[in-house]
Amino acid sequence: MEHAIQTESFVENYREALDNGQLQRALSNATSKFTANRGLAILNVGDEWEVLRDHAREIKEHAISNLDYYVDQFTSNVERLGGNVFWARDGEAANRYISDLARRRGVTLAVKSKSMVTEEIELNHALEAAGVEAVETDLGEYIIQLAGERPSHIIAPAIHKTRGDVADLFTDKLHVERNEEIEQMTALARRVLRTQFAAAGMGVTGANFAVAETGTIVLVENEGNIRLTTSLPRIHVALIGIEKVIPRLEDLGVFLRLLARSATGQQMSSYVSFLSGVKRSAAEEGPEELHVVILDNGRVNILGNPHLRESLYCIRCGACLNTCPVYQKIGGHAYGWIYPGPIGAVITPQLVGRDKAAHLPFASSLCGACLEVCPIKINIPDMLLHLRHEIKEPETSHGVAASAGEQPGEQGHRKTLALRIESFLERLTFKLWARAMRSPAIYERGAKFARLIEQAFGLDIPGSPISRWTSTREFPGLAPSSFREQWKRRMKAEG
Amino acid sequence: MRVSLFVTCIVDQMFPEVGVATVTLLRRLGVEVTFNAGQTCCGQPAFNTGYREEARAVARPMLDLFEHELESADYIVAPSGSCSTMIKKFYRELFEEDAEQLGRIERIGARFFELSDFLVTVLAVEDVGATFPGKVTYHDSCHLLRELGVAKQPRALIGAVSGVELVEMNQTVTCCGFGGTFSVKYPEISTAIGAEKIASIEATGASAVVACDSSCLMQIAGVLSRRGSHIRCLHIAELLASENARTRE
Repeated sequence: MEHAIQTESFVENYREALDNGQLQRALSNATSKFTANRGLAILNVGDEWEVLRDHAREIKEHAISNLDYYVDQFTSNVERLGGNVFWARDGEAANRYISDLARRRGVTLAVKSKSMVTEEIELNHALEAAGVEAVETDLGEYIIQLAGERPSHIIAPAIHKTRGDVADLFTDKLHVERNEEIEQMTALARRVLRTQFAAAGMGVTGANFAVAETGTIVLVENEGNIRLTTSLPRIHVALIGIEKVIPRLEDLGVFLRLLARSATGQQMSSYVSFLSGVKRSAAEEGPEELHVVILDNGRVNILGNPHLRESLYCIRCGACLNTCPVYQKIGGHAYGWIYPGPIGAVITPQLVGRDKAAHLPFASSLCGACLEVCPIKINIPDMLLHLRHEIKEPETSHGVAASAGEQPGEQGHRKTLALRIESFLERLTFKLWARAMRSPAIYERGAKFARLIEQAFGLDIPGSPISRWTSTREFPGLAPSSFREQWKRRMKAEG
Repeated sequence: MRVSLFVTCIVDQMFPEVGVATVTLLRRLGVEVTFNAGQTCCGQPAFNTGYREEARAVARPMLDLFEHELESADYIVAPSGSCSTMIKKFYRELFEEDAEQLGRIERIGARFFELSDFLVTVLAVEDVGATFPGKVTYHDSCHLLRELGVAKQPRALIGAVSGVELVEMNQTVTCCGFGGTFSVKYPEISTAIGAEKIASIEATGASAVVACDSSCLMQIAGVLSRRGSHIRCLHIAELLASENARTRE
């Protein structure tokens, strides 16, 4: 099933989310649980937590600024270990490679572990078109696959679903008697999936980290489905974004201590797989064939933007989502694509196009909670401000205006007339505002004029920013007498 | 000790009583206060919304003004965490390609203080002789807390007010939902976030919520009023100059 990019309907999306009482409860429960558990896990680590964060940031800064070297090194090492490496420029190239591979090997069933990047390129849809059934084996992903939905959280794809939702889904799609007991539902999914692991000709994963020094793919999980996905099928396909490459095995000593604690509050995930190459004898576990698809899909453009490059440091822990007051209210689907929350608001415009995802960088109060919890200290608020700047002042922002598939100059064409008028009015408003604020005389006259308008018509003019305020809150209006007037009249001399 | 007041545009035009309280309070503590009427706005609304050209156009004359003020005043004080952050932190980014301005910004920033930070860190005062009977709770504004690291100072000042009982709310460090133009671009999300903050405030049983930023207070008061609540929203200057405290509910 293919999903359209729905970033342009952001306003409709979030309004629907805010009206959904069940979703509100689910979001509140899940995010507060994750946040609390993370807090406890960090308390456990004590002062070392900040040291780990600084260290992780240093490693990422180095890795990303030398990414060409490390991707090269990773590639050589994977090949040395008997794996195949394909550098995919975009999702289409990656999908074609993987589908062709499946066809050539006569694969009709593929099992998948949870992988955001495979959602990013709609791999399942491409596989289905090539006659390959792709089954998600992570329980959360399995649930949303049955429901025909996208994940709504980076690490917990089905947090928007209640126990009742899942029971209904299993009854409907798996034709079983309705049972809301979590243990029973999990056992059922396990039984169904076990047969799939055994029958699949291909296992598809992403990667949490790709170690350049050794050509090792590192994957973390709690369910054991990755262990099965990467050892039972004959072929293992790993789709890896270029930014996942880290220099050395020992760097994992930093990242693995940060990842699970930031994500779920666990000290370590239940399983950590270090996969290097293919099995070298019949006695070993593992695939006979390994295909690593290294994906660009717009990441190189991000790399080329000095203000936004650090968005590539993300290790996909989801901590920023859990702590974000906006995400807590609107959930993941409202963001309209694969990556929600604060990090999603930064990378989505860069990957799908600033024009298409123009709402996202503005839909933030810039509170900074995300930066506070990010294990890599990624300065998301700063990047949101930069994206806003690039969107409003493309000529002077030195930003990379074009993203994958988008040509400069095409930026205006998709906007509706209404949006273009709104944009123009906003720009004009700020130009007038700046003119007034540059001159105290104009500022004071403007303030007097505004009071006249307020007295005559009120400031709550339909369509104005103030009417948007008063749609949901009371507005105090202008004070009858400004501070500077009072100062002039009496305060100057007093004291 | 002489201080030049940066009153901030929102206080000037919408919450002048906060400016009046600030002046009263500082004078009571023996500080001479001046006000240069040439001031307008720090430029944050434009910067926040992506219009850096406009923000710079407004910031440059402000930097001239601040520089001039600091020739005769020891410090510049503003009753606002977010405006102080704009000058002390974000101006660096606004002028990141202008070495000359950056030098000025460093020098000015070093002598520019948010009010509660000024009182405790510079004047080394916690008990300002204020009286306010009742339970209050304190909201940490995002910029003040996370950019300027100011959290202990307001609490020390509030704690020293005679008659006051300071009760910490759950989620005290969670955003009120204002976020500048975010509040009017996405009003429903902004208000939904505000509603969570109100729930935390109400759960404390406090009769007033105190903050160092009028923007947060405007947001909180806006949501409270719409619900018919009688919880007062007080700027810390008003609480501390509490002989004159008047709030706009």
